[in-house]
Amino acid sequence: MAGTLAEKVWDAHVVRHGADGAPDLLYIDLHLVHEVTSPQAFEGLRLAGRPVRRPDLTLATEDHNTPTLDIDRPIADETSRTQIQTLRNNAAEFGVRIHSLGDADQGIVHQVGPQLGLTQPGLTVVCGDSHTSTHGAFGALAFGIGTSEVEHVLATQTLPLAPFKTMAITVNGRLPEGATSKDIILAIIAKIGTGGGQGYVLEYRGEAISTLSMEARMTICNMSIEAGARAGMIAPDQTTFDYLKGRPHATEGADGDAAVEYWKTLKSDDDATFDVEVVLEAEDLEPFVTWGTNPGQGLPLSGSVPVPELIADENERVTAERAIEYMGLTPGQPLREIKVDTVFIGSCTNGRIEDLRSVAKVVAGKHKADDVRVLVVPASARVRLQAEAEGLDKIFLDFGAEWRNAGCSMCLGMNPDQLAPGERSASTSNRNFEGRQGKGGRTHLVSPLVAAATAIRGTLSSYADLGTGTPAPDGSPLSDLQTV
Amino acid sequence: MEKFTQHTGVGVPLRRSNVDTDQIIPAVYLKRVTRTGFEDALFAAWRGDPSFVLNQEAYASGSVLVAGPDFGTGSSREHAVWALKDYGFKVVISTRFADIFRGNSGKQGLLAAVASAEDIELIWKILETRPGTEITVDLEARTITCDDVVVPFQVDDYTRWRLMEGLDDIGLTLEHADEISEFEARREAWRPATLPAKHLPAVEIKAARPSGVPVEIGRRP
Repeated sequence: MAGTLAEKVWDAHVVRHGADGAPDLLYIDLHLVHEVTSPQAFEGLRLAGRPVRRPDLTLATEDHNTPTLDIDRPIADETSRTQIQTLRNNAAEFGVRIHSLGDADQGIVHQVGPQLGLTQPGLTVVCGDSHTSTHGAFGALAFGIGTSEVEHVLATQTLPLAPFKTMAITVNGRLPEGATSKDIILAIIAKIGTGGGQGYVLEYRGEAISTLSMEARMTICNMSIEAGARAGMIAPDQTTFDYLKGRPHATEGADGDAAVEYWKTLKSDDDATFDVEVVLEAEDLEPFVTWGTNPGQGLPLSGSVPVPELIADENERVTAERAIEYMGLTPGQPLREIKVDTVFIGSCTNGRIEDLRSVAKVVAGKHKADDVRVLVVPASARVRLQAEAEGLDKIFLDFGAEWRNAGCSMCLGMNPDQLAPGERSASTSNRNFEGRQGKGGRTHLVSPLVAAATAIRGTLSSYADLGTGTPAPDGSPLSDLQTV
Repeated sequence: MEKFTQHTGVGVPLRRSNVDTDQIIPAVYLKRVTRTGFEDALFAAWRGDPSFVLNQEAYASGSVLVAGPDFGTGSSREHAVWALKDYGFKVVISTRFADIFRGNSGKQGLLAAVASAEDIELIWKILETRPGTEITVDLEARTITCDDVVVPFQVDDYTRWRLMEGLDDIGLTLEHADEISEFEARREAWRPATLPAKHLPAVEIKAARPSGVPVEIGRRP
């Protein structure tokens, strides 16, 4: 029977079909763990006297709370220190592999899995974090879970799950210069809304998707949750197989051949039916930024802050009014005139090496706008090492940016990296909720290219606004940057 | 999880509707690392008010909460159920529960019993007239007994069965441990494992330091 990618991965993991409307029991191939959503799950195991069933399918790292400065010193915030120490104790007690702060393999959990080669096509991947959808870029079925479910997976390596609906999102054509995968996903969320994906697994496909690098695909799948979806997936192809090659946990030799043969079957059949289909034309896309307080409130950078009186739907109008007030904007104000205080480059959405390279290309030999602070936070310690090996750190420092250690950082401000009340950021992260980056902070979600241009000009800007024409600073064409 | 067939305890009338999980437990308590010990956090914002029902001696030892409609709405935090349980509640009665809260309750052995608005009004009156009155909730018969009043309540069959058998989700799944083992036996050997750990050579990670330039923030409020 014809099936979609998501259905194929689902079917391959059913341990037991639920009878009479009871959920199916699905096997979980990879369980990623971090310090914030796991402590009560481990305590639950301890209270019930249960072991972790498969420590060999479990991996822990520290990311949400970790500082990005002075990481060799005790963590100042007591709550953060306790949560991190608790994770270390739990990992030791239950035999779970952990990559702690200061370890070369520490980093944001959604970067650590892929870079170790543990995230592979066709797997089921879970983590107590909604951005687990990132791993769907490899053709894995990956989704965030709650603390009880974390405990359930630790104890049984399975989860009872009700089936998802499926949505195909086809992006045709090629991206124009200066537009990136971040702009694709922001445009998709603006189109279908923050609740548009509720109950669905999204499958992204089409020429504009298949020509993206692995890292750019991860950016798209990462923000599936911002459309309300449980997961997002992209069928694996040669780009996926090439990314995995040579990574520490890559499946190799005869096993590798068997794996690739299987992976090649992981695509939606031509005659498979989706519950919903959405189509976008990549040619129409330009750099996107958010103006409001949810990720669906985004517009092309050439646009203006919406005028609430012109919004017909009452709910939307009220929401827009509140968002504009919180953001301290004026209806009708051109987005390009919005001045920012901080530029944050990082997160599980856009903190990978390709993101850093593209920013470095734009800012090389330049200096940031005087009254803007620029934070560059690599997604993982390995990304930081790679960037340093390529000399990117020097470019950032010469530019006047801060070059930090790895972690979630200002994406959610659980560590000291926060916006002050009223402070405005252009951020390559994923959520622009009220107070997300610090109480009273104002967030504009942007691509790394827009972040870089904004850091130079001090106002929301695209690469084209720099007036340097098409060639990038090092003389290579800007199209090289489109793998971002 | 303990088996739940019948419970008798002091009824607590909470005459409020739309009690969301932020009211049940404020976000500030979510930074804790334990699963127990949330009793002080329950209804934290209201506990400072001497007239709040749990601050009255007759109700303080209550274990059956009788609330208004739409109990447990808002954030999905499981801490809301933990806080109710830690305080000592075994049953919450309301005309309507938020889906996620009801699901979380079932997982944690807290009975979310749905009764009619008229019956709840009747029970409230008894509890308010004679503070400290006990309520008996019989899950098998699906009845609530408060003094001479006996009223029915609803709970879905699946949740009722799990509560009566004392089965949590994990316990239920582990009943199929053989099937999980069989699945594992036929699972492809080449699928990746985190152990034994493999990684690139260990390298010392240098700590980033503050830039030394004072960061003036919040300049354009």
